[in-house]
Amino acid sequence: MRRAEFITAGILALLSIYLMWKSTELEIGYVSDEGPGGGAWPFWLAAIMLICTGVIAYNAIKKTSPPSQSKEPLLDGYGKKMLLLVGGGIFGFIALIDILSMYGAMFVFLIYYLKVLGRHTWRLTLTIAVLTPIIFFFFFEALMRITMPKGLPFLEPVFNYLNTIIY
Amino acid sequence: MMEVIGQLGDGVLMSLQPLNLALILIGVTLGLFIGAMPGLGSVNGVAILLPITFLVPPGSAIIFLAAIYYGAMYGGAISSITLGIPGASTAVATTFDGRPLAMQGKARLALVTAAIASFIGGTVANVLFTGFAPLLASVALSFGPPEIFALMLLAFATFVGLGGDDIPKTIFSICIGLVFAAVGFDEISGAPRLIFGDISGFLHGINFLVLAIGVYGIGEMLWTIDSTRGKITSTETKMSVKGAVEDAKYGMKKSWKGTTIGSFLGFFVGILPAAGATPGSLMAYGVSKLTSKTPEEFGKGHPEGVAAPEAANNSASTGSMLPMLTLGIPGSPTTAILLGGMVIWGLTPGPRLFTDQPEFVWGLIGSFYVSNFFALVVNLSFIPLFIWVLRMPFTILAAMIFVLSVVGGYAATRDMHDVWLMLGFGVGAYFLRKLDYPLAPAVLAIVLGPIAEPTLRQSLLLSSGDPSIFFTRPIAGPITVIAIVLILLPLLKVMFTKSKGNKPKDDGETLA
Amino acid sequence: MKTTKRAFMGLLGATALAASAVSSVAHAWEPTKPIDFVIMAGAGGGADQIARFIQSVAEKGKMTPRPLIPNNKGGGSGAEALIALNNARDPDHTILVTLNSFFTTPLRQPNLGIDINTFTPVAMMGVDPFVLWVHKDRNINTFEDWQAAVKEADGEWVMGGTGKGQEDSLVTTWLEQNYDLKIKYIPYKGGGAVAKDLAGQQIMSSVNNPSEAKGFFENGDVVPLVSFSDERLPLVSEVPTVKELDKDFSYYNQRAVVGAPGMSDEAAAYYQDLFKKIYDSEEWQGYMASESLSPLWMDAAAQKEYWQTQVDRHKELLEKMGE
Repeated sequence: MRRAEFITAGILALLSIYLMWKSTELEIGYVSDEGPGGGAWPFWLAAIMLICTGVIAYNAIKKTSPPSQSKEPLLDGYGKKMLLLVGGGIFGFIALIDILSMYGAMFVFLIYYLKVLGRHTWRLTLTIAVLTPIIFFFFFEALMRITMPKGLPFLEPVFNYLNTIIY
Repeated sequence: MMEVIGQLGDGVLMSLQPLNLALILIGVTLGLFIGAMPGLGSVNGVAILLPITFLVPPGSAIIFLAAIYYGAMYGGAISSITLGIPGASTAVATTFDGRPLAMQGKARLALVTAAIASFIGGTVANVLFTGFAPLLASVALSFGPPEIFALMLLAFATFVGLGGDDIPKTIFSICIGLVFAAVGFDEISGAPRLIFGDISGFLHGINFLVLAIGVYGIGEMLWTIDSTRGKITSTETKMSVKGAVEDAKYGMKKSWKGTTIGSFLGFFVGILPAAGATPGSLMAYGVSKLTSKTPEEFGKGHPEGVAAPEAANNSASTGSMLPMLTLGIPGSPTTAILLGGMVIWGLTPGPRLFTDQPEFVWGLIGSFYVSNFFALVVNLSFIPLFIWVLRMPFTILAAMIFVLSVVGGYAATRDMHDVWLMLGFGVGAYFLRKLDYPLAPAVLAIVLGPIAEPTLRQSLLLSSGDPSIFFTRPIAGPITVIAIVLILLPLLKVMFTKSKGNKPKDDGETLA
Repeated sequence: MKTTKRAFMGLLGATALAASAVSSVAHAWEPTKPIDFVIMAGAGGGADQIARFIQSVAEKGKMTPRPLIPNNKGGGSGAEALIALNNARDPDHTILVTLNSFFTTPLRQPNLGIDINTFTPVAMMGVDPFVLWVHKDRNINTFEDWQAAVKEADGEWVMGGTGKGQEDSLVTTWLEQNYDLKIKYIPYKGGGAVAKDLAGQQIMSSVNNPSEAKGFFENGDVVPLVSFSDERLPLVSEVPTVKELDKDFSYYNQRAVVGAPGMSDEAAAYYQDLFKKIYDSEEWQGYMASESLSPLWMDAAAQKEYWQTQVDRHKELLEKMGE
C-alpha cells in the first residue's frame, strides 16, 4: 500500500494544482477595501490541499502512516474483481437509465445483482426485481411527485398509460 | 406567562381534534419514511404535500406539514444507523457512532437512543420556543455576517477534534470539501466559478447529497464488501419490548449529558437564520466528546455519539421555525417552503405574526408538542421493521442500498450529471477510505462552506477588508477567540507529543 | 416471457392511444405527462414562492390533467434554468418561471449560447416593484435626507442586495450614478436575508421588493423612502415614486412564464390559455394585492415585443454598471 499512498498523494497533488489553476479564473488576491476576491477561497484552500499531499508523501517516506507500513496491495485479486463486478454493475445501471428509464434500469440491475452476484433463486430475484420498481414508481411519481428519467421514446406509451392511473 | 400557557393549551387541544390528530399520525408516519429514504428529506415531503393541504383548512394544513417535518427529522437517523447513509446533512454526525453500533449488532440500542434523544431535543426546543420566542428573535437579529462566520469557525474547530490521527489527511479532507462547496457560482461577484470542463451540471454546484450518498452509499459499501470479503454476518438483533426498554434505560444512562448538551446547543444554533441544524448537530457531537470521560469510545459505537447529534438536530430544526415565524426568514429550505405555504394561506410571517395571528401561532406550537410525541411513538413502533431490514441477506441489502443511492442521487437535483458525479465520488471515496483518509470532514465541509465563505466575505466588505471585525464585535469576538483556541489546542497537543518522539498509534480506525 | 411482455406493452400503448383519442375530443392538446415547471431560483426565494403559489392555484382549481412539478434550477444566476429549457427533451411539457435574469444572464454570459427569442412566450403574470428602505432608528424619513446621509457617510454607507448584476443592484447602481453617491454594496443570498439584516441593522438601507420587507414594515422596523414604480404602491401609498420627485426612472422584476424553445403551437396555446385562467383567478389577484405585485397582463405577441425592449434596457443598465 506504500506505493498506492505515494501514487494517490501524487494524483491528489495534481488535482490540487488543477483546482488552483481553475480558481485563477476569478480574482484570487485581496482586493483592497473588499477582502478576498471570488477565486481566493478555493485557490488558497487548494494550496493547503497541495501542502497536505506533500506532508502525506513525506509521512509515507518516513513510514509513519499506517497504510505506508502495510505490505498489502491496495487492490488484491478480490478487490479488483469486486470493483469490476459491483462498481461496474452500478455503472451499467446508471448508463441504462437514459435508455430504459430509471425503473427499467433498476429492474435490470436488481436481476444482475441478485441473480449473478447474490446467486439467489429466480423466484426471489424476480419478486424483488419486479416489485421494487413498481413500489418506487408509485412512491416517487404519485406520492412524492418527483419525476424520474423515462428513457427513450419507445417507452412513452407505457408511462403515459401509467400516468392516467396515478393522476 | 399564564396567558402563554392558556394559549398553548388551546393550541394543544386544537391538535387533538379528530381531523388534526389523524393528520398528525399520517404526517409523522409519512415523514418518517421520507426522512429515512436517502436523498429525500423533510423538504421533499413538505413541498410535495403542500398542494394537498388545500383540501383541509389552513390551521390543519400547517399542522399536517409540521407533522411531516417532525417525522422526517426522526427518520434521518434511521438511514444513518441502518444503511450507514446520512439521509440529510443534519444526520451525518449520527453515522459516526450509529453505524458502528449497528455493525456490532446493537442497532436496536442505537435506534431507541436516537428516538428518545430526538424526543428530548424536540421537547426542550418546544419549551424554549414557547417561553422566549420574541426575545430569541431579537438575539437572531443581532447575528450579522461576522457572528455567523465566527460560529462557523467554532464548528470547524470541532472538526479538528473529530478527524483521525492523520492530521494532514484530515485537513486535506476538510479543504477539498470546502473547495467543492465553492463550485458553481460566486455569490459576491456574481460570476460562475469552477465550472469544470464548462459542464452545465456544475452550475448548480455540488449538492451535499451527491457527495454524501457517493461517499457513504457507494464508497463505504464497496469498502465494506471488500474488507469483509463479501461475507457480512449481520449480528443478530432481536426485537423484544423488554429488550427495547432495557436499551432505552441503558442508552439514556450513558448519554443523558450528550442529550442535554445537544438539546440546548442545537436550539441556539438553530434559531440563527443562516446556520441551520447541521452545525448544531456537529457541535453537539464535538462538545459531548470533549466533555466525555471516555472520549476514546466515540466513533466506535458510543450511544452518546448518537444521542447528542440527534437531540441537537431535532432541537435545531424546531428552533429554525423561530426565525421563519418571527422574522419571515427561512432558516432552511424546508422552512422556506412552509413560509411559502403561509403566504398562500394569507398569513404574513414576521414580527407581527404573534400579535396578529395568535390562534394560528399557538395552534402551530401546540401541534409541535403533539407531533413530537407521536413521532416518538410511531418511530419506536417501526423499529422492528428497520431491524428486519438489517437482517436481510447482505446481497439483497447491498443491492437495495445501491438502488436507493442512485434514485436518491437523482432525486436530490433531478440531473443525471449528479448521478454520474455521485458514482465518481463513490469510487474515489473507496480508494481514499482504503488509505485511511477520513471523509466525514469533507462531507460536512460541503455543508458549512456555503455558509462560511459568503459570511467571511460579507464581513470583510463591511469592514473594508479589515479582519479585526471578527474580534471587536461584542458577540463575534468571544466566539472567534474560543474557536481559535479550540483549533490550536489539538494541534499544539499533537506537536507536543510528536516532539517527544511518540510515534503515532497504529490505529487507523477513525470516523469516516 | 418476451412475447407476453411485448403484447402487454402493445396493449398499454393501444389503451393510451385510445385514452388520448377520447380526450382530444374536448381539447386540441393536453399534457400527457407531468409538466416540468422549472423555477429560475433556489427553493425559498421570492420567485420560488410565486411559482409554488401558481402551482397550488392550478392544483386547487384542478386546471391541468397532469400536475405541474416545481423544479428549482437557480444555479449560475438562472443560467442553469435557461440551459435546461434550451436542452429540454420534451419542449411541450417544459415551462419556466422567470425573473429579469431571463434578460441579464444571457447578456452577461454570452458563452452560454442562449437566445431568448427562441423561447416560447406564455404569460406575463405581473411585475414586482422595488422600494428603497431604511431602518427606523436612522431617523431618515425622506429620500432627500437619505441622500444627505449617504453623502455624509462618504463611502461608508452600507447597502445589502442579492448580488452584482441582480435586479436590486441595478437600481442601487442607478442611485449611485444619478445622485452622485458612493455606496458599499454587500451581496446576500436572497431578498429575505437582506430584509432581515436591515431590520437587525447589519446594513443601513436596502432596495427590496415590498413583499420581502412587508413583515418588518408593518412592525415599524423599516421605513420606505421612495419607490421605483410608475405609480404609487398601495402598500406604501404615502411614499412618492422617483418619477414624482425628479428622475424618469422605474424598474420592475418580471414574473413571467415562458415555454421551452421548440414548443408546438398547440401546446403553447394550451399553456397561454391555462395561465390566463390562473391570472384571472381570485387567488392570483388576491396574491398580487397582498404581495404588492403590479398587475400587468400581456399576451404572447406583446410579450415578444416587451422582451426586446427589456433586452435593450438591460444592456444599457449593465453597461453603465461597467459589466
